[in-house]
Formats: sequence, structure tokens, C-alpha cells
Amino acid sequence: MIRLSHVHKTFPNGAVALRDVSFHVARGEFVFLTGHSGAGKSTLLKLLYAEQRPSSGEVRVSGHVVSGLKGDAIARLRRRLGIIFQDFRLLEDRTAAENVAFALEVTGARKDAIAARASRVLAQVGLASKSRAYPRELSGGEQQRVAMARALVNDPAILLADEPTGNLDERATRGVFQLLRDINAGGTVVVMATHDLDLVRQTEYRTIEMRDGAVVYDSADEASAPGPQ
Amino acid sequence: MRLLFREALLSFRRAPVLSSLSITTIAFSLFTIGLFGLVAINLQRALEGLEERVEIVAFIMRGTPAESIAQASQDIAAFPEVQDVGYVSEEQALARARRELVEFRDAYRDLQVNPLPPSLELRLKPGFRDAAHVGVVAERLRGFSFIEDVRYGREWIQRLDHLRNLTGILGLVIGLVFAAVAMVIIGVTIRLTLLQRAREIHIMRLVGATNWFIRGPFLLEGALKGTLGGLLAVALCYGGFLIFRRSAESFNGLLFFEPWQAAVIVAFGTLMGLGGSLLSVGRHLRHMGGRADRRAS
Repeated sequence: MIRLSHVHKTFPNGAVALRDVSFHVARGEFVFLTGHSGAGKSTLLKLLYAEQRPSSGEVRVSGHVVSGLKGDAIARLRRRLGIIFQDFRLLEDRTAAENVAFALEVTGARKDAIAARASRVLAQVGLASKSRAYPRELSGGEQQRVAMARALVNDPAILLADEPTGNLDERATRGVFQLLRDINAGGTVVVMATHDLDLVRQTEYRTIEMRDGAVVYDSADEASAPGPQ
Repeated sequence: MRLLFREALLSFRRAPVLSSLSITTIAFSLFTIGLFGLVAINLQRALEGLEERVEIVAFIMRGTPAESIAQASQDIAAFPEVQDVGYVSEEQALARARRELVEFRDAYRDLQVNPLPPSLELRLKPGFRDAAHVGVVAERLRGFSFIEDVRYGREWIQRLDHLRNLTGILGLVIGLVFAAVAMVIIGVTIRLTLLQRAREIHIMRLVGATNWFIRGPFLLEGALKGTLGGLLAVALCYGGFLIFRRSAESFNGLLFFEPWQAAVIVAFGTLMGLGGSLLSVGRHLRHMGGRADRRAS
């Protein structure tokens, strides 16, 4: 589903964000991207949803070479992805249901279909009763659930999550994380950038650790590589 | 489509001050252009009235045979510049002088000999009533052997020419300057709206909105504001026109815009709004895309 081959990213100011990053994520996988802030996790996710282009190397998502996409092709790619962030990125002047519906409206979906699907995904994230609430009336965990509902409303094949629990307390973190696991169990690939190592240790999911823009550890390599003699 | 309109109208509700400001500035610019247009229209009409009277008088030597005069009249009437030629006999000239020059009525009455020569009076076709053409025609008339003298208001015609040219140039320059100012103002207000909604646009892009989907409401917003500004400008012009007409009753038959002229002003507003927002949105969206790339993670 996702394949990076020798990806480098250098910013115009000379800062190197990614160094020779290569890995492959298969259908149905749940992958943690870990590392300190500035290690390159966010940049890597941005390459996946075509917010940025690699300086060299190739990024493939669902068979498409993302690094070569332009204009509306980027828009079409993003409709097949779900993306959530640490800061939720909800529209403050719209209700939970309207925020979710927004993602469908931009695709030109029919109005009756939009309402039905928006309420279905809000129910899926456990917020059916708060569909008319504005973001400021919701807790952090609830806002992140709205963001997740928005990410899910187009039935994405891949969900990209950039520190989704970074602003949440422990209880809300557990709830959001459980929801991500449920989504993954439904067949959606989840790539989650986090520096919450407790969360990583709780599960057996694949973990890719980054440092200074390079991949320094990939649990998938360890599993397949022969152990020390 | 409904969504497009809703988004465009929402911006009016979200930023009422900014929206009314941009509408007002568009209206004001078009109002100024419109006022100038009104002056130009009325001046042009006044000039046309004056030009109607542009004529050339060719005095004929006494004793010229009537056949020669008749022949010459036909030839002159065939000049491409000439609208009509009239013959004024000595008697007609005297009668006219007695009628029009009341102060000299007694003097003319006592005359034993008619001092006024017969003449040909020419009027030129519209489009030839300028100093250059009048001069050419006068020169050609002097070529007739029996024509003694040719008179025309050379200076007067030249001044008329200057005035008309000046009005045209001034109108064009002022109009262009104001159009440019209005476009910049529309661009700036659209850019302010864009900045105000940068977060929303960012989110739209994240959830897969196409560039035209994002641009659409802004372009529509610009076009709507431009149209409203144009309508307001026409209304203001009409108000100004009424006030001027009331305070200056001596100006009879002042003209207001024809419906199609008013429609051109409104359409001009629409185009300015559309143009300003297109420039601003295009540049700004490219800029936002570029900035995202420069931001380190």
C-alpha cells in the first residue's frame, strides 16, 4: 500500500529532514512511526499525502507515485486517505456533523448521502449524541474523534495519524487509540506517528523508529532477519 | 453549485465590514468613472450641437453667371466631406442682415447699393467637422476662380477639437487609474479574506478539495461584490445626476446613461471583481502551497 524507495528530503534552507528512507507497508498493517520531535516523522507523513515532495527518491501510495502528482491528482489522492493531527484541525464555526460533512461536500457527493454518511461515521466514533456540538463545546478527545470521523467518511484505504494523542489525557488517549485499532481491524492501513512509547509497548504492532531523518530501527526487519549467532 | 453560492455568501456574513468595504470601494471607483462618463456623454452631445453649426462660407464675385454658380454648387456638393451646399443670393443676404442685425437695420434700409456679396454656405458631414478637414475644404474652394474669399471659424474649430481630444484622453487616463485602484482594492480584500480563511483552505486541501473547488467561492465572491459595487455606482451616479440637474436648471436636456451603458458599468464591476479575485486567489494559493514546503517538520 505504501512504498518509499531511497527518499531524501532537504528543505530550501539546507535542513535535511529525511535521509535515504526506504520501507514498505503492506495491506492491513498498523505501523508506529516513532522518534523524537524533529526526527522526520511529520515530514514523512507529509510526503505520503503530497503536502511536500521528496528531494529525491520515490513515494508510492496505493500504487500511485505520489511524488509526481500535481494539482487535482493530489486532491483525488487525499480523498482516498484519512488524515488526523495532534491539533485536530476542525473548523471552529461548524458543528461536529458539519465538519464531517465538509469532507464529503468537497468531493461533490449528494446532499442526502452526505447527511446519512456523516451521522453513520459519527456513530462509529461514539459521538452520535454530539453531532450538533461545536468544537469548542467538545473535550480534546471528542474533538479528535470528530477529526477521525471526518477522516473516515470517505472510506479511506489508509489512515495517516500525526501524533493523534499528543494533546490528550491518558483516558482520551486510550479511547482514541482503541478506535484506531478498530479501524485497522476493519482492514484500513494505519500509520501513526507518536512519541508515546507506552502506547507502542502495549501492542505488537510494527514500529519504525527514526532519528535525524533516517530509519534506525524497523521491527519488521528484526522479525525477518536472522537473529544474532 | 448551491454549495458554491453558500460558501460565497458565507464570506459576506463572516466578514461584513470587509465585504461592505470592498463593495463600497468598487462602487466609489465606478461612481467616479461613471460621473466622468456622464460629463463626457453630455459634453459630447454639446459638442455635436456645436459641430452642427460648423460651416464654411465662400463669397462669390459679383457678376458671376448663375450657370457657373450652379455648376460649382454641384461640384462642391460632390466633395466627400460636404453634407450640403446652399446658395445665398445678394438679396437674401441683405434680407438676412436686416432681420438678424437689428442694430444696423436703419443703415441697411437706406442703402442704395447692396454691399453684401452672394455666397455659398457649406456644412460638412459628421466626422469631417474638425479643423484639418475644414482647412482642406476651404483650400479647395479657393481654387474656384470666382470665389473671392472663404471664411470659417478656424480658431473656434481648433479649440473645439482640442477640447474634445482633451476630454477623451482625460477620461481614458482617469478611468484607467481608477480601474487599477479598484482592482488592487478588490485583490487586497480578497487576500484578507484568504488570510482570514487560511486555516479553512488548508483543511479543504487536506480533505481533498480541488483547486477550482477552493477558488470557486472566492471568484464568485469577487464577481458578486463587483456586481453589487457596479449597481451601487449606477445608483450613486443617478443620485448625483438628479442633484446636479435640480441645482442647475439652466442645463436643459441633460442626459443620463442609456440602459446598455448602465449595464456596461455593472458588467465592468463584475469583471473587475472577478479579475481582482482571480489574480489574488491564484497568487495566494500558489504562495500557500509553496510556504507549506518551506516549513520544516
